[in-house]
Amino acid sequence: MKEKIKILGTAALLSIMLTGTALAQVGNPFIHDPSTIMECEGKYYTFGTGRGGLISEDGWTWNGGAVRPGGGAAPDALKIGDRYLIVYGSTGGGLGGGHNGKINTMWNKTLDPNSPDFEYSEPIVVAESVNMEDNDAIDPGLLLDPTDGRLWCSYGTFFGFIRLIELDPETGKRVERNEAIDIAIDCEATALMYRNGWYYLLGTHGTCCDGANSTYNIVVGRSRKVTGPYLDNMGREMLKGGGKMVLAAGGRVTGPGHFGRLVLNDGVEKMSCHYEADLDQGGRSVLGIRPLLWKNDWPVAGDNFKEGTYEIESERRGYALELVVDFVRMAGGMRGFRRDPNEPIVPVPSQTLNDVIDTWPTGNTGVRIGDYMFRPHQKWTITAVPDAGGYPGGPYYKIVIAGTDRALAATAEKEVITVPKYSGTPEQLWRIDQLTDGTYRIMPKEVPGTDEEYVLYSIGDSTPTLAKFDFNTDNSKWNFKDH
Amino acid sequence: MNIKLKTLSLALGFVILLGLGLQAQDRPGRQMDYLSNIDSDRSLEDYFSPSTTKKMTPDEQGFIQRWLLLDPINKPNRSNTVFTDSYIREAFATEYFPNQFTVLPEDGDKVTVGEQELEWQALDSKLFNVKLFRFAFEQKKIHYGVIFWAVTVVNSPEEIKDVRMAIGSNSASMWWLNGEEAAILSGDRRMVMDDVISKRLTLKKGKNIIRGAVINGPGMSDFCVRFIDESGEPIKNLTITTE
Repeated sequence: MKEKIKILGTAALLSIMLTGTALAQVGNPFIHDPSTIMECEGKYYTFGTGRGGLISEDGWTWNGGAVRPGGGAAPDALKIGDRYLIVYGSTGGGLGGGHNGKINTMWNKTLDPNSPDFEYSEPIVVAESVNMEDNDAIDPGLLLDPTDGRLWCSYGTFFGFIRLIELDPETGKRVERNEAIDIAIDCEATALMYRNGWYYLLGTHGTCCDGANSTYNIVVGRSRKVTGPYLDNMGREMLKGGGKMVLAAGGRVTGPGHFGRLVLNDGVEKMSCHYEADLDQGGRSVLGIRPLLWKNDWPVAGDNFKEGTYEIESERRGYALELVVDFVRMAGGMRGFRRDPNEPIVPVPSQTLNDVIDTWPTGNTGVRIGDYMFRPHQKWTITAVPDAGGYPGGPYYKIVIAGTDRALAATAEKEVITVPKYSGTPEQLWRIDQLTDGTYRIMPKEVPGTDEEYVLYSIGDSTPTLAKFDFNTDNSKWNFKDH
Repeated sequence: MNIKLKTLSLALGFVILLGLGLQAQDRPGRQMDYLSNIDSDRSLEDYFSPSTTKKMTPDEQGFIQRWLLLDPINKPNRSNTVFTDSYIREAFATEYFPNQFTVLPEDGDKVTVGEQELEWQALDSKLFNVKLFRFAFEQKKIHYGVIFWAVTVVNSPEEIKDVRMAIGSNSASMWWLNGEEAAILSGDRRMVMDDVISKRLTLKKGKNIIRGAVINGPGMSDFCVRFIDESGEPIKNLTITTE
């Protein structure tokens, strides 16, 4: 069993703007053990080990500035009513060789340190570990049970058990005479969540705090009762070390840990974590935000969108978003049944942009949805736009016909067209979120003349438009196919 | 398997392949020969009934079933793959008969197109869609390589904004609402409900005239039209007349 050592990083590096295949956030997103991301008065907040945390105005660019007193390790945060409950371990979990620990809670009406209402209440100790008992009282995670309003807190590390206690959602204190319940072993940085009749316990396995060599990974078990038993997909109890993988290393980031769930809309969920090392950011520990998917009632980490050239396929019918242009036939028709089977096979070249572009209109041109034939008017190159801002988990993108500067744009009539030249206006910038079912939502940054949000929508099999997002209809959903 | 059985199987296989090939390619020449040899009574009865003055509303799903249909105009095409946007825009911009974009004909009105004398018929479709092939074939009209014109009147009790005309057609078609282009369906198309949807339109209080033109080479031809609201639900609070 490996003990956990928390490392507080305070040095700042130059801000690195990453685009394209970047998995982590931009700005100065350096943090370890981030708390569940909270939205407060239009900004996003997360707290980490040590004092303070990160603030973001859009969920994509993160910088220091969040304020949390008390130090210690691995906080969590939860909004209850109009207040925020912060929970943290006021010790370091094994630091100095001891395992005495305390879990504390405190309240604040706002997370904005510049607000006149910003004031933390006095911390309250809700759990302790003493001497060498089978528990480290650090790494707490909170759950307000949506079925009955009861408040629960899990905590612990690899050193012994993960424990569950009940708190009073009015006071943040431990419920009187509440006895801690052992619910898992062999993990740390636990989080709890509820969805669709299941309670989920997420933990972090592997080696912490070893930079590029950290094997940290996030696993999950589930139970019909908040008190467990939590079983993995093989039916193994987490009390016996079970756990189904949610996220491990990939791309150029290693050691994901400390799960948090962020629900933005019905069907639009994100998970936060830290990566022990982002090799593109000096191997430092950074905040990660990525799509949270659900498969057979199991949480699965989605992939952040990758730049590239794609078919944009409607989930409604399976047709492809395309430019409204005359279809240009390729040479030849059906090859017939009576060909000599021994005739030389000569590959037929694909139609190219040069083959057709002179037949296309030059002004604003409509888009529709049609049979995908891997033709130039159906291939879209999607590229991140630096300095255009972003949203939790991604930057804004431009979407152009491959090989051209012809860009997809929203109109004031709540329709979609292409303009001949990309100019970077907000109606030409697109947000791309992977949804909980693995499909994607595509949304313009702005629709001219309105502050309301609209998404790319299949109003018919062959007709795109802009409409309100509704996860319950495939009209709102798209796929990106690289073929 | 003995040799005879093998031979029989091969022969059967060839016949099946030939059949599939015919079906898939819908060869107009052979099929027209075949159809012209059919000696049977043809009747619109299974598909249409003459329109009446009886109040008609869209069906349960909002489909419009009362239409004035013009006998098919001869427009030979051996394939439907030629129906690009440019082609059909040009084909439908051509004037085939006077006032073709404004006329609200009456049942029995006649027009002359080239050497064809064609008649408008007011019909109520018995199906959600309008089977143009049947309209032509059952009346022993030319049924392949044709253009059909269709007109109807939608009466709305009030102005309704942000409606959309939802169309499916076989093959390509164009549609107008109160003289304004509403939708174009290009290509070798099969009829699918809610295939192409117009931009947001306004139905006026009172009469609204829908006009459509469908072009087809070989094979089946039909269309379906309904209005939907912003959430995709059918608009049914309408009455349909031909005048």
